[in-house]
Amino acid sequence: MAKTSSDIRCNRLNKAEIDRNFGDLHPPLARSEALIEADRCYFCYDAPCTTACPTGIDIPGFIQKIRSNNTHGSAHTILRENIMGGMCARVCPTEVLCEEACVRNSHEDKPVEIGLLQRYATDRIFEHGKQLFARAADSGKKVAVVGSGPAGLSCAHRLAMLGHDVIVLNRDRKPGGLNEYGIAAYKTVDDFAQREVDYILSIGGIDVVNDVELGVNFTLAELREKYDAVFLGIGLGSVNELGVDNEDLPGVKNAIDYIADLRQADDMSALPVGRNIVVVGGGMTAIDIAVQSKRLGAERVDIVYRRGPEQMGASDFEQNLAQTNGVTIHHWAVPVGLMADAGGTITIELGKTGLDTDGKLNVSSDTFFLEADIVFKAIGQKLADEKLGSELKGLQLEHGKIVVDESQATSIAGVWAGGDCVVGGDDLTVSAVQHGKIAAIAMDRRLRT
Amino acid sequence: MADLTSEFLGIRSPNPFWLASAPPTDKAYNVNRAFEAGWGGAVWKTLGEDPPIVNVNGPRYSALHSNDRRVIGFNNIELITDRPLQTNLDEIRQVKRDWPDRALVVSVMLPMNEETWAKYVPMIEDTGADAFELNFGCPHGMSERGMGAAVGQVPEYIQMATEWCKKVATIPVIVKLTPNVTNIVPPAKAAKDGGADAVSLINTVNSIMRVNYDTLTMYPTTDGMGTHGGYCGEAVKPIALNMVAEISRTAETSDIPISGIGGISDWRDAVDFLALGASNVQICTAAMVYGFKIIDDLTDGLSSFLDDKGMQSVYELVGKAVPSVTDWQYLNLNHVEKAHIDQDLCIECGRCHIVCEDTSHQAIMNSRNGERHFEVIDDECVGCNLCASVCPVDSCITMRPVTDGIDARTGKPIVTEKANWTTHPNNPMRKDG
Repeated sequence: MAKTSSDIRCNRLNKAEIDRNFGDLHPPLARSEALIEADRCYFCYDAPCTTACPTGIDIPGFIQKIRSNNTHGSAHTILRENIMGGMCARVCPTEVLCEEACVRNSHEDKPVEIGLLQRYATDRIFEHGKQLFARAADSGKKVAVVGSGPAGLSCAHRLAMLGHDVIVLNRDRKPGGLNEYGIAAYKTVDDFAQREVDYILSIGGIDVVNDVELGVNFTLAELREKYDAVFLGIGLGSVNELGVDNEDLPGVKNAIDYIADLRQADDMSALPVGRNIVVVGGGMTAIDIAVQSKRLGAERVDIVYRRGPEQMGASDFEQNLAQTNGVTIHHWAVPVGLMADAGGTITIELGKTGLDTDGKLNVSSDTFFLEADIVFKAIGQKLADEKLGSELKGLQLEHGKIVVDESQATSIAGVWAGGDCVVGGDDLTVSAVQHGKIAAIAMDRRLRT
Repeated sequence: MADLTSEFLGIRSPNPFWLASAPPTDKAYNVNRAFEAGWGGAVWKTLGEDPPIVNVNGPRYSALHSNDRRVIGFNNIELITDRPLQTNLDEIRQVKRDWPDRALVVSVMLPMNEETWAKYVPMIEDTGADAFELNFGCPHGMSERGMGAAVGQVPEYIQMATEWCKKVATIPVIVKLTPNVTNIVPPAKAAKDGGADAVSLINTVNSIMRVNYDTLTMYPTTDGMGTHGGYCGEAVKPIALNMVAEISRTAETSDIPISGIGGISDWRDAVDFLALGASNVQICTAAMVYGFKIIDDLTDGLSSFLDDKGMQSVYELVGKAVPSVTDWQYLNLNHVEKAHIDQDLCIECGRCHIVCEDTSHQAIMNSRNGERHFEVIDDECVGCNLCASVCPVDSCITMRPVTDGIDARTGKPIVTEKANWTTHPNNPMRKDG
């Protein structure tokens, strides 16, 4: 029977099913499991895992401390390099970072479970709320941090440690940025993002102002005048367009907006879920929206990606996760048309793609069709939008992102930047944390000269 | 299949694995279970005078664990049997009657006066047991009362008590030695001089397991107070092997049969003891950690090993490695080895480099042409085997003899003739060559 109207509704699954589907993706290690896993670490010289970690955590060092039951010391080893070590333990694509570098891959193809061990060590600190860091003597300086995501909070925490006062200007209702609004719910259960924010702020010296936006409530020029330094960790605020007709159909939505709604929902079963869903994109966001839709009760979820599995931004683990959750991934296809019937059901026309002799992507006239109640756009975000426009004017940009030097300094004196909004930002929490940390250290040096 | 039948002092058993005198051999119930499982023999838990001793009613054992709770070492403060003598004698008689093909030896510990030995030894022998084992080894509790290790630490006492026992015993007498001495040879010689038919070793090593990190008392305690115990399990095996080898290679004790004890957990450990001069082996801790079923691997593994070596029986293995044990002064100082890292097997963990760099001879490089790479620097390598010892990959680092040319470290030519410390020019006590 042909479908006559789109099927988008709540309560596709009951609460018990939702709870099961959105429980911890990687359940934490029990103590005995952690001790056995810690014993597998070879304590390598100049450890490749540490080199592979964007924040340079001394991984063999923290694992050895787990082994000796020195859990606080272990957490300190992690958090002193990466104050979001707790979140990174949950969301880092470890299989392409530390765990890929583990030497155990060479002879047994089974790396030490570094991510889970990191979570084991850090969970205990967040449970007890033990403060591991002290602030240096008051410098008398005050820094403005724009954005409360991983880059901004990492920068703020390091600045506070170094003795500076910080004001964090946050666009959203709650601090945390993508950790709070943009990560799949089953990766950060039990309100961990806010617990981590609370821990970070508990060092003192950091004021957070919510619901204020650069270019709307304040300007960069004002911040430069009022504060001793400025850090921009503003992320990528707007979503890339598909570039086809009818993109403004009601059933065509931004994946990140839906993920944010999902993360903020008190009752996920109350979220409207389409029966058939098509996701366009190949990164983590595409996987997150596809898998979560499936776990909310969508019957059919298709991902459409214009290139092959090797080019997907999502790691192998994420791609497998989608497939084991019943998501179908169509490679080498792009949307070329969108149509909706009277009932709102969308038909998306997909053109098959390939590479020409120069390695450039081309779209053939050979097309196929998928039906969807909702089409999610997950083809990346960009910095520029109308509100920010004038604010970005003085900054050197490249491909729409802010250019920074190796100390995260922008082209404007006294302004640093990091995270997804800068050239080199790679959509990873761990990289954003490192940017914030490097910037804070550079700012401190500048503020003290 | 190699023949595992063992004959120790004329006592036959279907295999050379006996349960050592300890909690697993405290009563008929356990020993019957052990024999059903296939153990070749058992040394009954030490009998003493009536009335029996008492044990504490709290922790008797504690363990040194790996992080996955594997027991590496074991500590105990249990004393000898706490059951009435007659109960034990009745059970020993019945067990020997039920299992005539198994070795059943009775451990005894008696005060240092001849009358007591004269009184109890015939009573025990009357059970039909195959031999006595004199417990001069227990380092805790009984030693405070002048028995156990208190005897084993004084060669004259060993000889005296052995003589008292031999005077009345008609079955073989094995003397069990304590490792809590600086040199094992005098106690072994004293046993031999006292007429012992064999020695068994080692008993447990004086030990305190650890501290309780909450109470900062020793661990474990009995109502807040603790006492040292005896250490055993795989951690003590190297100590035991040295003592067995010392007795085997010393002229005045080399002819006394040895029953090897100390940390035997699998058949390879048994091979160690047998090759270093023991004629059979006794086991306790491994059974206390895993139960009696371990006998399957012990017999099976030993049998396969003997087959692989083309040996027909256990006796061909006994003492095989003894000629390779000597004093340091006789080691060939002209022999040169260098470590070699198999680059195909290397996983680049770098542990060889860092231990050599930090604690030895700076003889392993960590990079080549800017790439992570670990390779031995022959100019610096003294052949110490540290890198091979810490390498997590089996056979990745091997020690290779340098048989000709120049030793890159010393710049001296390799010579084939042997030369040791006794003739070395740096030795002020050298003999003229």
